[in-house]
Amino acid sequence: MSALTKGRLTLGPLLFHWPAAQRRDFYARIADEAPVDCIYLGEVVCSKRLAWYEKDLPEIAARLRRAGKQVVFSTPALITETREAKAIEALAAQCAAEDLIEINDLAAVPLLGGRKFISGPLINVFNEATRDVLVRLGAVRVNAPIELSQTALATLAAGNPTGETEVFAFGRQPLAISQRCYHARAHDLHKDDCQFVCERDTDGLAAAELDGRPLLAINGTQTLSHGYFVLLDELDDLRAAGVSHFRLSPQALDMVAVAELYRAALDHAVSTDEVLARLQEWIAPIPLINGYLHGRPGMEWQPARHR
Amino acid sequence: MTRYLELVCPAGTPAALRVAVDAGADSVYCGFQDCTNARNYPGLNFDRDELRAGVAYAHARGCRVFVAVNTFPRAGDLGPWQRAIDDAAGAGADAVILADLGMLDYAARHHPRLRRHLSVQAAAASPFAIRFYVETFGVSRVVLPRVLAVAEVAALIGETGVEAEVFAFGSLGTMVEGRCYLSSYMTGRSPSCDGVCAPAEHVSYREEGDQLASYLGSVLMNRVDAGEGAAYPTPCKGRFLVRGEPRYLFEEPTALNVMPLLAELKAAGVTALKIEGRQRSRAYVGAVVAAFRRSLDALAAGAALPAEAAALREIAEGGRETFGAYQKGWR
Repeated sequence: MSALTKGRLTLGPLLFHWPAAQRRDFYARIADEAPVDCIYLGEVVCSKRLAWYEKDLPEIAARLRRAGKQVVFSTPALITETREAKAIEALAAQCAAEDLIEINDLAAVPLLGGRKFISGPLINVFNEATRDVLVRLGAVRVNAPIELSQTALATLAAGNPTGETEVFAFGRQPLAISQRCYHARAHDLHKDDCQFVCERDTDGLAAAELDGRPLLAINGTQTLSHGYFVLLDELDDLRAAGVSHFRLSPQALDMVAVAELYRAALDHAVSTDEVLARLQEWIAPIPLINGYLHGRPGMEWQPARHR
Repeated sequence: MTRYLELVCPAGTPAALRVAVDAGADSVYCGFQDCTNARNYPGLNFDRDELRAGVAYAHARGCRVFVAVNTFPRAGDLGPWQRAIDDAAGAGADAVILADLGMLDYAARHHPRLRRHLSVQAAAASPFAIRFYVETFGVSRVVLPRVLAVAEVAALIGETGVEAEVFAFGSLGTMVEGRCYLSSYMTGRSPSCDGVCAPAEHVSYREEGDQLASYLGSVLMNRVDAGEGAAYPTPCKGRFLVRGEPRYLFEEPTALNVMPLLAELKAAGVTALKIEGRQRSRAYVGAVVAAFRRSLDALAAGAALPAEAAALREIAEGGRETFGAYQKGWR
């Protein structure tokens, strides 16, 4: 077996619109207690939300840095307005040299002024040819899209010249993005006058099949899975293939505890069976999913072979 | 403005190609019989010989042929996509329609003289994105996503100077194209990599009392009165319970039809109009292409537009039409 990568843990950008105070408290605790190596900050889903908490970001970032964390600024999934483009140009010009920027729309590449970047999970990097184009353009870490199977993830990681490949490991999976706001639409509001109704659903707004089985979670212009994706039994195989970073996506539950469990799993301090049992208990009645890893429908759960 | 609006038409099969060419298409687009294109459905598309014959038929009648190689190869399996680009070039195609960065790079290096069109699957909807593709890969035309208002289309063309192809008629998704995983979430098969959204083998209809339920995989997508007729269970057209109420969460089942907006789109500087529907019948393709041909000819001659709207409404998806994002308020 090849050597395992260290298996660094990252905390993805908070995708939901939490009240500013809740957001500040969340990151304060992450800085002090969570065994994650790298934290992505910023707004990916709706740039209108930034007005509520942008002023807090420098202090949050400083506190994370003091705690020894790598800080990455995430940028929007869709860049359509001049205001959004200018914000990225300003970020690239102003943010500290040691901080990185994550792009989630290729439109960001020419706005970075030649700065190195992290290619985020919403960029379509399905194969090694695309990965290599991005590395040539300045990517220092490449996130794989959530739709890839374990086999494809391994291939993508194996030849990555940057040595840094990140995969989504925990949380509701982002399935789609739109120019339309479905949170506003569900409240019969227009996007331009949305009244920030998305703030009411800190873990997403449930959309269920007509017979009541929950299916999706709506988060403004984004649609996520209802189930929580959990990559656990596959950690070591992916590390052996060269995956260096595993992303935990913030949900409305104790993310410090989730990070501790994942760290223990990566360090082989606790068996994956035990980690899984604990996660299942915390997350219930929401189901766990991992179908994409095994080439199955994303909403399915495929138990490990040994179980 | 006297610019000519080019009519780009779907050719799902060699027969549909001939119908579209004969009905007045300026260009047709098609794909190979595999997952290298975004309409990878059974019974559709071209083998290599059919493509060469199709190119000859079209070129003899002054019509161009674009080959869609517009899905995303999965890691470790680049071969079919590279061969599709090579064979499109070899067959004399006038352009390849691409979405994947790796394949854009491949085409630019190996076939620099073959025009590269950016597929809607790349969803370049801003001047920044368009500039990125033009500057990095020498893309000469961009198929714009169905999310822009006419004024935004005009601004985008003004800012980038790019050749813009816009959707004029056919199905209308609401998610950003090429970045929607709803179908694979429910079926395991993906529009991005497999070229199929809501594949037929995962679709089922069940009579439940007086009602008809439609399923995609194991997911109940809608339930309607049996007489009403159920729309095809595409994930973004499903009806779901949200805040206790059944709702078309993303979009009602409607079809895009820009016929009444032709003059505005021309004034916006649009180069080409795209008719969606490689999966549609020859009769559908013939009717839609002919209707648009008559309207574009009238527009070019400065004549009154013929009354085509009613005829097209009958064949539109769900029998209902929309201007989609071209009108304000869609978002």
